[in-house]
Amino acid sequence: MRYQLIGVNHKSAPLEVRERLAIPESKLPDCCRDLTAHPGIEEAMIISTCNRVELVTHTTNGSADLRGFLHDHFHLKAEDLDPHLYEFREKDAVRHVFRVASSLDSMVVGEAQILGQVKEAYATARAVGALRGQLDQLFSRAFAVAKRVRTETAVGSSSVSIASVAVELAKKIFGSLHGKNVFIVGAGKMSELAARHLMAHGCGSIFVANRTYDRAIGLAQRFNGQAIKFEDLYNSCDRADIVITSTGAPHAIFRREHGEQFLSRRKNRPMFFIDIAVPRDVAAEMADLDGIFVYDIDDLQQAVSSHVADRRKEAERAEAIIAAEVEKFEARTHTLDVVPTIVSLQDHLETIRQAEIDRVRGRMGALTPEQEMAVEALTRGIINKVMHTPITTLKSAARESEATTVIDVVRRLFNLQLKQQAAPQPSGKKDEVGTRQ
Amino acid sequence: MPLLWLRFALACYFIGLVYAFFALRRTSELFSRIALHAASLGMVFHFVSLVELFLSGQVLWALGHNGESLLGFLSMTFFMIIYAIYKTTSPGVVVFPFVFFLTFVAAVDQQPVLLTSFVKHKGWLIAHIILIFTGYAALVLSFGASLLYLLQERRLKAKKPSSLISFLPALETIDQIGYRSLLLGFPFMTLGLITGSIVAISAYGHVDFKDPKILLSILMWVVYMIMVFTRWNSGWRGRRAAVLATVTVVAAIVAWAANYFSTIHRFAS
Repeated sequence: MRYQLIGVNHKSAPLEVRERLAIPESKLPDCCRDLTAHPGIEEAMIISTCNRVELVTHTTNGSADLRGFLHDHFHLKAEDLDPHLYEFREKDAVRHVFRVASSLDSMVVGEAQILGQVKEAYATARAVGALRGQLDQLFSRAFAVAKRVRTETAVGSSSVSIASVAVELAKKIFGSLHGKNVFIVGAGKMSELAARHLMAHGCGSIFVANRTYDRAIGLAQRFNGQAIKFEDLYNSCDRADIVITSTGAPHAIFRREHGEQFLSRRKNRPMFFIDIAVPRDVAAEMADLDGIFVYDIDDLQQAVSSHVADRRKEAERAEAIIAAEVEKFEARTHTLDVVPTIVSLQDHLETIRQAEIDRVRGRMGALTPEQEMAVEALTRGIINKVMHTPITTLKSAARESEATTVIDVVRRLFNLQLKQQAAPQPSGKKDEVGTRQ
Repeated sequence: MPLLWLRFALACYFIGLVYAFFALRRTSELFSRIALHAASLGMVFHFVSLVELFLSGQVLWALGHNGESLLGFLSMTFFMIIYAIYKTTSPGVVVFPFVFFLTFVAAVDQQPVLLTSFVKHKGWLIAHIILIFTGYAALVLSFGASLLYLLQERRLKAKKPSSLISFLPALETIDQIGYRSLLLGFPFMTLGLITGSIVAISAYGHVDFKDPKILLSILMWVVYMIMVFTRWNSGWRGRRAAVLATVTVVAAIVAWAANYFSTIHRFAS
């Protein structure tokens, strides 16, 4: 398990550093190829998002100079970059990859986007041939772990932005938002963002009213909506199911009597007011009316904070899942590590057995088929008995930290080491194949 | 045997009953699925019980608590239709306890009452029973939906973050369930009263409007009609709709209870 990872993220580096390291999508394949060609690196993958740039590698000896690659590739001085870098190896690297894919290392814990970004990075690395088995295994497992975290915890289930909470609330009132009308009162940035979210979830038409009519027209055009003169606000507001209001008025512009008028004209169909103005645009007594739902900025913020706290709690459960998965992955990788040694050992002893039989066959003369079978069974039995203890020891050692030492001892004892060194391939895995020839 | 099947159904509905109380406190997708499967299995047993009862011929002779059993089954059928359309088990909060109660009454206390005077009007009588009970079932569901609407409205108005993860469907979905049930139930109830009148006229030669059962049934129908009209005309929702639904259901229960005071409708020999 010679995984090595280096990178920066939103916690370790400011934006100025992250943007210098950011790799555009178009340059990612070339960068991936360059990294694979770097000395000591067998496989490589690069994750580059607005919040992180990470190089994930599988190396020949577990200590490739990844910092050097970053310095050279991005033309950055060590003193500028190194304080912001983090580096993980082996088990820690596996844990980090699992945490990133499961969105536990994200700025907004539990957000779903990161998994898609990691998958894209994986696809890019795969397309340029930078993955050859070890990273494949790691990321396949990471995607499965991310799925498990999403299914078994509620880490990504609640909204953690004002706009998405507003959408969720609207859905709790209206069910589907398809065909629902939105009225923006006061053309502010925040209301535009909320409206954009609502439209993305299927809302139908949009109306905009602003004291400056030209601004209303401008915003309405951006949404393909309709601008309404501010003086017509009360006559047309009942056409909307959702009202987003954010004017700079010093007093409430929607009062109880307006709510009663709207409900009467709408035959009591519910209305949802999202009041993001300070001071508030909707009078508090409006919320007393049946069918009118008013959420001000504090209410929305409170929902967001509560969801963030919920996610934190769920993240603790997710960390426990990841810890267990890292152990499982490590055990599995170690088991795979000993398999080539076992196979070489079997091949090695089989070669000796065949050579010995051939050597004595001349002295014994012609054997009957029964005698051939008896010799075969006898020699195989001896070989199996000799191999039994080393194989059992290797298998049990694979689950423990001493695996590498045991593998090394077995190779030396049976002279597998020498053959391995004689083989031309540089990588460990290929070496094992070499011993079998 | 019908009683045995009914008791199996009762055991299944009990799971639904537990779910109804559980669902008010917290959401559980797993429990909701278990309750749904238990209710489906309960319906199978219930159906077998009703079919056996029908085949045995008792259904015409014994109105006693078989009426409750049939009403329970029809209410559950409505619940399943709503589940098929809206994919929500939340009306179960009201429907499951109601059905459990009806099935319980039918399963523990069977006292057949003879209907000797109506042997010759089987068809009209069956039509009357099924139509009226379907109307009742729709009314119960509409009442349940109006309660759920109130509950969901309160949650949303209370602005608790938990309101976003509540088990209840969207307010408009609950409203649709209630309104559609109401609209569907009304013609059944109307036709049920008409067929009942036909049965009464053919048996007694006239409809006795002084009989408490008939009087209260007409009163219930009028209240039902007012409810449909106000809902259609002014779109009453929330508290006002819940009050009106409660009045209609109380009227229906009173009309139902009148069976025990009316000598005509009780069909005693």
